[in-house]
Formats: sequence, structure tokens, C-alpha cells
Amino acid sequence: MDLPIPRPNADTRPYWEAAQQDRLVLQHCADCGARQAIPRSYCGTCHSANLTWRDSSGIGKIASFSVVHRAPTKAFRDHLPYVLALVDMAEGVRLMLNVIGEDRLDTQIGDPVRVVFEPRGDDGFKMPQVQRSPA
Amino acid sequence: MSRKQHTARITGVADTAMGELAGSTALGLHAEATNAALKDAGLEAQDIDGVLCGYSMTVPHLMLSSVFSEYYGISPSFNTAIQAGGATACIMLANAVALVESGACRHVLCVTGDNRLTGMTRDGAVAALATVGHPEFEQPYGMSVPASYALVAQAYLHRFGITRDELSAIAVSARKHAALHPKATKRDPLTLADVSESRVIASPLRLLDCCLISDGGAAVIVSAADAARDTRNPVRVLGSGQGHTHEHIMAAPSLTDFGCKASSAMAFSQAGVIAQDIDVAEIYDSFTITLLAELESIGFFEKGEAGKAALAGDISLGGRLPTNTHGGLMSYGHSGAAGGAFHIVEAVHQMRGEADARQVPGAQLSFVHGDGGILSAHCSLVLGKE
Ligand SMILES: [Zn+2]
Repeated sequence: MDLPIPRPNADTRPYWEAAQQDRLVLQHCADCGARQAIPRSYCGTCHSANLTWRDSSGIGKIASFSVVHRAPTKAFRDHLPYVLALVDMAEGVRLMLNVIGEDRLDTQIGDPVRVVFEPRGDDGFKMPQVQRSPA
Repeated sequence: MSRKQHTARITGVADTAMGELAGSTALGLHAEATNAALKDAGLEAQDIDGVLCGYSMTVPHLMLSSVFSEYYGISPSFNTAIQAGGATACIMLANAVALVESGACRHVLCVTGDNRLTGMTRDGAVAALATVGHPEFEQPYGMSVPASYALVAQAYLHRFGITRDELSAIAVSARKHAALHPKATKRDPLTLADVSESRVIASPLRLLDCCLISDGGAAVIVSAADAARDTRNPVRVLGSGQGHTHEHIMAAPSLTDFGCKASSAMAFSQAGVIAQDIDVAEIYDSFTITLLAELESIGFFEKGEAGKAALAGDISLGGRLPTNTHGGLMSYGHSGAAGGAFHIVEAVHQMRGEADARQVPGAQLSFVHGDGGILSAHCSLVLGKE
């Protein structure tokens, strides 16, 4: 069973389109300078619509993680155990991503990580993920 | 901003049988709880002029309160449903208080129930609950409710150096209390080792760190002060407060401090009390980490101390702050919106002196707290003896 593919809407489409080109992009507010993880039509800090998209450095560190042994749905059962993580990006936003790679089960809080793009499903929809990167 | 103490009373409470209830329906559980709460109050169905429902996963209807009122056969003059996950029951009660104190209603029925165990299976319930996660930015990564609380637990344990036994002690204390409640689902003795050796669900959380999935229902009737006079055994609502900081865990401003800090501060200040005045606490405990983080955020214990307190027996009957004296969501039962209502029912029993073997002697003040989402929506209540 295939893992779910996000279904972009008008708020989120630029994020997912960039991911298909191996780019992680984040919204920056041109009025107050805030950056936000979950894309929106408005700035979640000053409520302005004056938002721009900028490429992320792709560098972050693990704020927290869990090695998941009980899947929420059938699709994830084939992938157990997987690592769910909150990643603090250098730009100051927090994303939820999976830690992937051979050493994923060694993940610890504070680990430096970098964003990679993992194809999913028949059409190879690319999902931003992270791998641990040696300090 | 100081708010005058509430004047509303809780006049009737009841919960249904709990656990795996073959043949139960969500609406039937609502009706069963309503009948029992009316009887508890000494009121008739026609006395109810306001109805607040929560939500049901087996009856995911847009208008649950209308569906319930039709099913039960009442035509209230105020009728609506409230959805705030695990905070639903406390938020319903806070709304009922506002309705009777504004004069809009005299007796408001807050009713909840779900047959999520027999009605949708454990797997079905786990999958449905995961939809609190963001559909694009959390769910596609395999987020689940336990995994999200595990993210909080991992950060919390890391920051405050909390041990496995300290976390396990939270579940063990709840089980001790459940053993004293004839209606509790899990009454067998539980040891620290049982919790620490149960299978990993999402590290660091293990099976026995997690709440149950149960069929069950509960109802609470809130009445205006003058309307409460002819009821059987009213309990005072003294203060209430809410705190809302995020919905998705990836958007939480902190992994160690939550909206319960603001909600409890509001409730305590309105009631004119401080945390240390509370005799008994009934606090949402979807996971061991939930209760631990809330006990500390609310100010009952210093940061990093709640687990040690649990190990020392401080949150058990006879301790400094007996907490979840019915056994809570981990041992008594958890039926969605009704799960949070069980805490209210138990607090009212404690305030009336009707908690039998679980009674905290001389209890005058109780604290009730509900949390919805991933420590997202918080509502606190302070109740007092009449
Ligand atoms: Zn802004």
C-alpha cells in the first residue's frame, strides 16, 4: 500500500512544486520579516498578505524525534519502525519530517541534519526529508 | 483584568458503563448518560433548556446536538455542539456556565458519548485520531497522536532528565485509583516494571503510557444559582479559563510549556485560590507525559519534579495532591469527548463526598483540566463544595 501523497492547495502549491525540483522553500513576510513553516495566504505574525518565497539552506537540527513502532494507518505499517522528527531549520522555522538513511535509528536531539528529497508513489512525488549529517 | 467568581452550579453528573460495550451506540450512550444525570440532579427532561454536545467519531455529523436532541426527544431553546478534542468537556462546561450566568438558560445539559471501540475498532480509532495532524505537513510523515505526544515526551525527558520510572509512576498511580473504582476498565495491579517493559508504541512512549480506547458516555448538568436550589446536591463552579497556543505540534511555541499555564492561572485567579489550595485534581491524562507536563506547567510541581512526586506517592490518594482518583484515561476509560467528562464527574463526586473508597477526606476544592489536540487547546476549572 502506497504512502499518502500531499494534496496541495492554493496556499501550499509553491512549496510542493519547489520540492519536485529538489528545493525547500519557505515563506518570508516582506512586512515584518517573520518566516513560517506551514504556508498560508497571510503572515501568522502580522497578518499581512505580503509574503515571498525564498530557498531554505536545507540545514537544520533535531528538536525532537520518536521512533514509531505503531503505525497510524495500514500504509505506514510496512515502513515500521520509522523516525518522526521535528526539525528546527536554520531559518528559524520548525518542520515535521522523517529522518531517513541507514543511521536513522541512531537519531538524537540536537543532531545536525540536512534536507533531502525522497520520491514517493508511482509518479515519484518528492517529499522533503532529512538525513543526519556529520558535524 | 479580574473576573468575578462564577455563580453557576453543577447539579447533575453521570457516566455510563465503560469499556467494550457490545450493542452500544453513540447516541444511545448520550441518552443513557442524560437519563442518569437528570436523576442525579433530581430534574426532569423538560427542565433542560440548553443542550451542548461534543463530537462523536462513530457519528461524525455536522449537527450532533440537533441529532441528539431529536433522538432523545427534547426541543431546547439553546442547542449547539462544541469540538475541541480532549478539552471539549471542560469547554462545554465553561460555555454552559456562561449561558446560565447570562440568563440565557436555567439548566444546560452537557452530554458526550462514543462507541469508538466496538463501533470502529482500535485501528480505526487510531487512524481517525491521526487526522488532528496537518493533512499535508504532518500526516504524510506518519504522524499519529501517540507519536506526537512522544515528540513532546522526548524533548521533555531530554531537557529535565526525567527517568523511565518517573514516567511509569504516573500510570501506576492511576491504576491504584482505578482499582478502587468498580466501573474502571483496568483494575489489575500495575508495577513500574509492567509499564517500563510494555511494548514501544512511539519512543519513548510505551503501551502502558497510553490511554485506553473505550465505549462510554457522560453527562453534566449546569444550572443557574437560583435554579440549583431545588436540586439534590449541587457543586459550585468557582473559576474557569482557557489557553490556546497552536493546533499542530509542529507549530507549538514550546515543547515543554503549554496553554495549561494560562488557562489554570485564569481559573485560579477567578476562583480566588492558588494551586497549593487544591485538595484533589482531575487532569487530562491521554499519556503519562500529558499529565506530567500539565502538573508542572500548571504549577502544582516544579519543572522536572512531577515524576519524582509520582514515585513518592504525592499524586496518589493520601498524598499531597491526589490526582485522577477515578483512574483517568489510562485506567478508567477514554471515549473521546466523554473521556474529559469523566474527570468532571469524578471531581463532582469528590466535592459531594460521594467518592466512596476514593474519597479525599475533607476535600473542599478541586481542579479539573482538559487538553485537546497535541497539548493544543486547554480548559481549566476550579470547583468547590457547596
Ligand atoms: Zn508579517
